[in-house]
Amino acid sequence: MSAMLEVKNIEVAYGKIVAVKDVSLTVNQGEIVTLVGSNGAGKSTTLRTISGLLKPRKGEITFKGERIDGKPGHTIVGAGICQSPEGRRIFPRMSVRENLELGAFLRDDKAGVAADMERVLDLFPRLRERIEQRAGTMSGGEQQMLAVSRALMGSPSLLLLDEPSMGLAPVLVEMIFDTIVKIRQQGTTILLIEQNAMAALEVADRAYVMESGEVKMSGKASDLKKDEAITKAYLGGH
Amino acid sequence: MTTTAPVKPQNVTRSNRKWIIGYSIAGAILYVVYQFLLNWEGLPIGIYDAIYRWMPPAAVNESLVYVIMALGLNIVVGYAGLLDLGYVAFWAIGGYCAGWFMSEFFYFLKIHFFGSVPAEAPGIHINFWLVLIIGGFVCALFGVLIGAPTLRLKSDYLALVTLGFGEIIPQVFFNGENFFGFNISNGTKGIVQVDPIPVGVKNLGPFDFGWKLLIFLFLTAVMVFISLRLRRGRLGRAWLAIREDELAASMMGVPLMRTKLLSYAVGAFAGGLGGVAFATHVNGVYAERFNFAISIFLLAMVVLGGMGNVWGVILGAFVLSWVNGNGLSAFGAFYNDRFGTDVDFASFTFLLFGLVLILMMLFRREGLLPESRLKLVLHEGDIDEEDASRKKAK
Repeated sequence: MSAMLEVKNIEVAYGKIVAVKDVSLTVNQGEIVTLVGSNGAGKSTTLRTISGLLKPRKGEITFKGERIDGKPGHTIVGAGICQSPEGRRIFPRMSVRENLELGAFLRDDKAGVAADMERVLDLFPRLRERIEQRAGTMSGGEQQMLAVSRALMGSPSLLLLDEPSMGLAPVLVEMIFDTIVKIRQQGTTILLIEQNAMAALEVADRAYVMESGEVKMSGKASDLKKDEAITKAYLGGH
Repeated sequence: MTTTAPVKPQNVTRSNRKWIIGYSIAGAILYVVYQFLLNWEGLPIGIYDAIYRWMPPAAVNESLVYVIMALGLNIVVGYAGLLDLGYVAFWAIGGYCAGWFMSEFFYFLKIHFFGSVPAEAPGIHINFWLVLIIGGFVCALFGVLIGAPTLRLKSDYLALVTLGFGEIIPQVFFNGENFFGFNISNGTKGIVQVDPIPVGVKNLGPFDFGWKLLIFLFLTAVMVFISLRLRRGRLGRAWLAIREDELAASMMGVPLMRTKLLSYAVGAFAGGLGGVAFATHVNGVYAERFNFAISIFLLAMVVLGGMGNVWGVILGAFVLSWVNGNGLSAFGAFYNDRFGTDVDFASFTFLLFGLVLILMMLFRREGLLPESRLKLVLHEGDIDEEDASRKKAK
């Protein structure tokens, strides 16, 4: 297995406040890796640094062997990292179709885009029913489906999912996580950021547990799930 | 559920050229009225007077100059959602391009390039059509130069900085008699007499309104074409995405800086066209014409007409420039005549504008002919209620 994404000892700060210190993680081709931890642990900051919205003060990030830290966001999307952002951030006044088309903004292969459109609509049949509807009028769950689909439209080799279960009913959470597994089966590597650690560990191969800006623990998801100390400390002890 | 809506690719080439027919007819009518009807000997004197009182040829042409520029501003404000309060700067630069390259201003030079004046005339005399393009590109360049440092700012701050540039550039021209030792603008005296427009059969002087009407109609059509084309293309979608949610747009791979700069450049290009056109319309370049009020005036045209919709913007520009230029004073004369009063209606222009703006904001915030999507933005509350009632009905 080759490392697709390698984050090496990055430090990220907002002004004087260091949000992430000395974080390293690896995502291998074909894996689902999850980054879990409580609110304010630095998960989203790490993700934003990978996707080019923030610059690390120290350390480096490589994707498929190339340095990507400090590059602008659109370059990173072009390199094959797309994300479904926290809070979904769909374009509320555009139709579902227009949202999806924007997801493929950087692509020129019309046939490929059309095929991917079919693919995501097969993944989320609900979106097919709403294809001409204004995205802002859909339910939270549908909007989340759209956000994930929109990211997939960029044909990413690495998909970043930031809190896809946030604010959703348990039934929908299950459905979203089932789909995440399906997306991986179709060949997309996934880095999943989650507060809902139990659900995330269920689908992930490996996991990193973050706390106050540092990686506290890492390992196989199945092992971490069994670890009693972790279950109590970070995962709410279900 | 097995109901799968057909997902056929949207027909992007659906007849988008229909407007050309309607536009040509409207333009032809205007042209016939102003070029032939007004010069027809059999025209009853009453109609002749009425046209001259309510909508003289010069007013129509001036309105079209405003339409051209409002369409440019619409690309920045309506499409990309960037508030620009200093658009007059581009108008000024365009105007001075005409002044520099189409007059005897640089009397110590003697450069002719398909110009319309005798070859022995001093100054730079470049062909009008070329100067249009030069003016457009010089403005686009300035758009990028101004935009590069400022477009990183968010909404309100961007508006403030553009406001500053809109003041600075006209001031530079206003005091341009000695710009580091060079006279770049003739200061308050202005650059008087720009070259006539060569159209093959003749050279158009300041009073060839009919011909110029055609030229301005053509320039407006070019701007409409550019606007509609860009809107449907990749760039238009990128602008729309930025207007909706900048951060999300960048996550989709939209290069923010480049996309915003392009909106500035295209908008400024139109300002350049408008500037050159206006200089030929008034046969000169006068620094005091380029003031802050023009920026606001143009913005009001875009907002009143309907941001983002070219037809709305054209309507808004026409109506406002007419009211401001001729409509109100003509109405005043008519009213005073009729009722034997002596009210100076033209002095109430700003009162009227203020009133119209308040009424518009109260009852029709989206403008006269709104863009459908923008209507949704401004009536979000109503729409949510609509959706709620639709859900209940299910």
